[in-house]
Amino acid sequence: MIRIENVSLKHGAASILYDISLDIPKGGITALIGPNGAGKSSLLSLIARLQPLQSGKISIDGFPVDKTPNRDLAKIIAILRQDSIVTSRLRVRELVGFGRFPHGRGRLTSEDHAVIGQSLQQFDLTDLADRFLETLSGGQRQRALVAMAFAQGTDYLLLDEPLNNLDMYFSRELMRSLRAIADDAGKTVVIVLHDINQAAAHADRIVAMKAGRIIADGTPAELLTSETLQRIFSFDMPVITIDGTPVVMHFR
Amino acid sequence: MTSAVLKPVSSVTWIAGLVLAILVVASLFVGVSDVSPGRVFSDAAVFELLLVSRLPRTLAALLVGAGMAIAGLIMQTLARNSYVEPSTAGTAQSAELGVLVVTLFWPSASLFLKSIAATGTALLGTSIFLMTAHRLLPTQPFLVPLFGIVYGGVVGAAVTFIAWQADLLQYLSVWTNGDFSGVLRGRYELLWIGAAMLIVAWAIADRLTIMAMGRDASIGLGVDYARMLQLGLVIVSVISALCTVVVGTIPFVGIVVPNIVSRLAGDNLRSTLPVVALSGAILVLGCDILGRLVRYPYEIPVGTVMGCVGGAIFLWLLFRRPAHG
Ligand SMILES: Nc1ncnc2c1ncn2[C@@H]1O[C@H](COP(=O)(O)OP(=O)(O)O)[C@@H](O)[C@H]1O
Ligand SMILES: [Mg+2]
Repeated sequence: MIRIENVSLKHGAASILYDISLDIPKGGITALIGPNGAGKSSLLSLIARLQPLQSGKISIDGFPVDKTPNRDLAKIIAILRQDSIVTSRLRVRELVGFGRFPHGRGRLTSEDHAVIGQSLQQFDLTDLADRFLETLSGGQRQRALVAMAFAQGTDYLLLDEPLNNLDMYFSRELMRSLRAIADDAGKTVVIVLHDINQAAAHADRIVAMKAGRIIADGTPAELLTSETLQRIFSFDMPVITIDGTPVVMHFR
Repeated sequence: MTSAVLKPVSSVTWIAGLVLAILVVASLFVGVSDVSPGRVFSDAAVFELLLVSRLPRTLAALLVGAGMAIAGLIMQTLARNSYVEPSTAGTAQSAELGVLVVTLFWPSASLFLKSIAATGTALLGTSIFLMTAHRLLPTQPFLVPLFGIVYGGVVGAAVTFIAWQADLLQYLSVWTNGDFSGVLRGRYELLWIGAAMLIVAWAIADRLTIMAMGRDASIGLGVDYARMLQLGLVIVSVISALCTVVVGTIPFVGIVVPNIVSRLAGDNLRSTLPVVALSGAILVLGCDILGRLVRYPYEIPVGTVMGCVGGAIFLWLLFRRPAHG
């Protein structure tokens, strides 16, 4: 379980997060939604110890993120940042292979190779495995980065807007892959999404943030109503239900 | 990393090793005194010359070439910019400052003590460069090398000024323009410390590759980013300082070799480090042999030869179309 207790964050005088408390139990997909600047990325980077905690506590499976050695946390939690840019000339297979670094500190066992192969396959990268990253399209590169995070083999996976640059087909494929690893491997996925209908179709739980606070939290059916969405995004959008899944008509 | 990926690189490694072996043999037998393979074992004086002069010179060129290429590569990783190297970004100039100051106050100091002083100032100078480089906008990649050139120029100017004031200018050229002609047995062995640094670099190759992906990626994979920065800094400074003290600065090696290898084989240091080290050794040893031959029986310092050869390769790198462009 990821436990967040009374976490606040400031950049200089500006408050970014206000006294956030949230429990994310093990297993399943939690979608984090909210307008730009709500503080979603800041929250994820605090959970993943990419920036220091200023106040409050965060623990993962009981390990406090600010006191647990970095290399131990790397076996528990993996994060894909929103704007990860890898400028190194690496082949896709090499990049994904570096996801295994926390386990063998660089030595790849046959088990590692199996995981790498599986990650490549899971994210449709087998044919691209020997290409340099810079020769890939934005969406292919994004998938390679997700595959690297997945190859890390952690119980918790934090993904900040991984659907950026992905077309409809691969967005769906990625969400389905995440669904599969949550269901079959018991992984816990926390994912920042802007496409609210992807959250509706694939997430178990949606947490909505606005201006540094959590303002709504529930299952897609509970949360995706016109009233709640109005509170989160400050405009009116109709919601219909198709086959039991809410569909938000935010585009009209 | 996998065998499929390693294969083409390791065949390059073998070829590079072969070329280097040929150059080593050539280096042993090229020079003013007549050392021919036939006479080495029949004439004791010739054998002695080989041991006292030719072999040390060859080993020095090899160690300096490999060291400078690796120092350049690591500097590029630390700065996350492929157009910086120790000799243009203040490291070499800071090392010169260290030797100069020691020479000024303690003229009889040993090479070893001079190296320690040079390493200290190189560490300091490179840290200042990196702290500034990390603050520059990543969207303006050319700011980093430009800043490096200005910064190195300022430190270099200070060095020249002090040397001029102290009437040490002719000493200065010994450290600023690389030359192997003074290398003899007993005067180059410090370079083996540089070889030890190469082993350290090899040991942390994966972490360096991860570091090049950035701070967040490093933390995410459990790599201690700050520690790696410090370690990289030490490797770069020690190698640069030793090269400066023992033979003098040689330009371009640290920039052209890593860039060419990166274009051909990528940036996974676990597989490219040996190629970079071997290629650096080939380039420097090759230029030294060239310097011995061009105006035979006179010699041209390797720093000068490299200024021409390395400069030409660098321009070619800049002007040829980017890979996959
Ligand atoms: N390094 C920073 N310095 C100052 N303000 C920042 C910094 N990073 C983020 N912010 C601010 O924090 C707020 C939340 O940002 P972020 O967490 O990226 O939001 P989201 O991911 O929800 O779009 C924004 O107002 C942003 O301007
Ligand atoms: Mg964000």
